[in-house]
Amino acid sequence: MGYVLNEICFAYDQKQVFDKLAITFKKGLFYGILGPNGCGKTTLLDLLLNYHRPNKGTLLFNGKSIDTYSRQTLSQKIALVPQDFEIRFPFLVEEIVMMGRYPHLPRFARPRMVDITKVNQVLDKTGTWQLKNRMVTELSKGEKQRVVFARALAQDTDMLLLDEATANLDIEHSLHLLELAKKGVTQSGKTVIAVFHDINLAALFCDEIVLMEKGKIFAMGQVNDVLTSENIKSVFHVDANIRYDTEIKTNHVMFKRMYENDN
Amino acid sequence: MLESPHEAQNTATKILPSIVIIISLMGGLFIGIIAVTCLGHIEITWAQVVKIIYANITFQKELLTQFDEVLTVVVWDVRLPRIITACAVGGGLAISGTIFQGLLSNPLADPYTLGVSAGAAFGASLALLLNVGFMGSYSVPLFAFLGAGATLMFVIYLSSSTSQVSSHNLILSGIIVSAILSAGISFIKYIADEQVSVIIFWLMGSFASKTWTDAILVTSILSISMLICIFYARDLNLMVLGHRTAAALGTNIRTITYILLITASMIAAVCVSVSGIIGFIGLLVPHMMRSLVGPDNRVLLPISMIAGALLLLIGDTITRAILPHEIPIGVLTALIGGPFFCYIFRKQQLERGRF
Repeated sequence: MGYVLNEICFAYDQKQVFDKLAITFKKGLFYGILGPNGCGKTTLLDLLLNYHRPNKGTLLFNGKSIDTYSRQTLSQKIALVPQDFEIRFPFLVEEIVMMGRYPHLPRFARPRMVDITKVNQVLDKTGTWQLKNRMVTELSKGEKQRVVFARALAQDTDMLLLDEATANLDIEHSLHLLELAKKGVTQSGKTVIAVFHDINLAALFCDEIVLMEKGKIFAMGQVNDVLTSENIKSVFHVDANIRYDTEIKTNHVMFKRMYENDN
Repeated sequence: MLESPHEAQNTATKILPSIVIIISLMGGLFIGIIAVTCLGHIEITWAQVVKIIYANITFQKELLTQFDEVLTVVVWDVRLPRIITACAVGGGLAISGTIFQGLLSNPLADPYTLGVSAGAAFGASLALLLNVGFMGSYSVPLFAFLGAGATLMFVIYLSSSTSQVSSHNLILSGIIVSAILSAGISFIKYIADEQVSVIIFWLMGSFASKTWTDAILVTSILSISMLICIFYARDLNLMVLGHRTAAALGTNIRTITYILLITASMIAAVCVSVSGIIGFIGLLVPHMMRSLVGPDNRVLLPISMIAGALLLLIGDTITRAILPHEIPIGVLTALIGGPFFCYIFRKQQLERGRF
């Protein structure tokens, strides 16, 4: 169960992104994807979403080729919190979150009681309840991000893909939302695959880390095995001290200045 | 830390349209159509109008004998086809504008964004210049429609890449093609000599001497398009979240974009080929209606259609029956619609309302 990717090749028009990529995501784990800009993290999520199709190779989702699922079926199983988005029309926050229920509703159906309850629940859990009658166009970037996160949770899927979902959020809201995602993994056996830029935030929540470099998997495994000074140096080209923190029980990365000796 | 929990409240039920509002607005439109049919050079009472319409719809020609023949001809053959064409064109331009704005995620888009109007104008100008007459009075509309269709296909071809449909590419291609065609129209006007006034008049738009063929053509295209658009209205809502997220919520972006793009352009093309270029309806109506009923396309589309129909009904009545001389409807909508739009826009800016 989960994802099995084998011999995946993918290119945008001319630019090759993946060449024979192979990776497996098991069900019931919190995965973090780390890597420099342009290494193919978002493209990987796009493939997992079947938003892009690989040029070659096999992509199995829950044991079957992802192409055999209809878009509708996939949308009941996989949710996405995107990286950058702009909502140009003045939908109410509540309407945006209700869009997360569309995959479960026929085209012309009114929301059922279950849908309304679910929407109210996620509004409450994500701390967006007091925003629900506001227009989404009037919210700050961070507030919008929380609303979009709430929308993905309302979709109530087994698989949650996060594309730098906490990039615009302050630390309190970042921790709160990631905690919600983590709770889904530990308590309900859901799977989260999250692209991070903040390495320490990833270390805090992930069961496994995937370190990517130029469309290849550089390292994958337990947080403490992957987050080493050598790996950070080879992938990100920066020096860092790694310390195991006994209280938070994970490796912690402390970066060093790049050109300290020049000054 | 965050706010305290509370009981789930039943608040999301207002999202779906109240069909009652839409039906009552439709009723209002029908009453409006009958009311303005009474207006004109020859005064006709509403009772006479209703009777003449009833007699014609039910094919009871013997009922018509009680009226002066001039009266029946004025109501049934002159005013009604024109009024119904005006309503259908208004509704068509309004839903076309709504679709374009939603699809391109751009509140500035209108039915003419992809160059449909420029294509139609070029086709019509060419037909008028060459005095094409093999289809009688339908030659010009036919050429206009072909021009619009060809332009649309070329714009889509120009903007398409292998992987994605990009709204920026579509808008840019539309602008480029429109600019080329505008230059072409200018050239046609330049070499047209005596025909130039005919071309200019056609371009400004008019509903004068529309027949039942026009009315039925536009109305049937409008009905079919409306069904298609309503069917995909929920997917159009999702487009606001961005293509990636819409796909994750079960929308087949590429297919739906092309279906809606072609549907909306075809309505616009039919409208332009029947009535000439009528601006502002497609831009203004979706804006005003969005500020009234919100951006949910399942509500916005039918409401915009009715509002567009009402607006052109009023506009056409003003130029047909109220003004001493008929002025081109395209000029009238821009002259009245433009400043009105400025007023609404300014007011909304000050209130920071739903715009």
